[in-house]
Amino acid sequence: MSRFEFSREPFTPERHRARVADPVAGGYASFEGWVRNHNDGRGVLRLEYEGYEALGIKEGERIVAEAFERFPIAQAHCVHRLGVLEVGDLAVWVAVTAAHRDAAFAACRYIIDEVKNRVPIWKKEHYAEGDSGWINCEVRSADAPAGSAPR
Amino acid sequence: MATTSADTPIAVRVEYFAVLREHVGRAREDLRTTAATVGELWAELDRRYAFPALGRVKVAVNDEFRDWSAPVRDGDFVVFIPPVAGG
Repeated sequence: MSRFEFSREPFTPERHRARVADPVAGGYASFEGWVRNHNDGRGVLRLEYEGYEALGIKEGERIVAEAFERFPIAQAHCVHRLGVLEVGDLAVWVAVTAAHRDAAFAACRYIIDEVKNRVPIWKKEHYAEGDSGWINCEVRSADAPAGSAPR
Repeated sequence: MATTSADTPIAVRVEYFAVLREHVGRAREDLRTTAATVGELWAELDRRYAFPALGRVKVAVNDEFRDWSAPVRDGDFVVFIPPVAGG
């Protein structure tokens, strides 16, 4: 089973915690990404994550495999939400166990940084003013009906 | 005179995500193209849809990242990947 997965439903870290249990582990480090109520000076009401799941799972698994090559860790796992999320919701969870804490912290940091940079996931923010925008895509427009005629 | 392979249309499926899906107005389409590379396929679709300026777009063929010079073949599944924003 892949060490990277998507979840279309809300989840708790406790549900996946057993995935990183290991008798050789003396330390556990995790990162939770939460939906915040602002970005770039604007109020954010909620957001949507869209994923290219087939490639995303492959790339996520590659990232976790890289973490195993770079750091002496015991187990690692990452879950990323898809769908509509509200402020405060858990968006992404990374957990790593290792014999010693340095490797656990470093690998956890590596995985979340690479996931943000490489996994095909897109985030649409819905703002307090009623408009919305795809982050990093430099396109912000009012919520218009989808399928407006191409030029 | 025999037609070259480059002149013979091939069938590909293109899937759109996020900003591209909204811009095109659909999530996928099956089309016939004479594009030899995924870069040429992008240019062809850009002429049709006038894609928004997106910074660095990547491309995947059959669920693997590929260079823009990668060939496109009959039956391929192509996805153009706008700048990502996970986490």
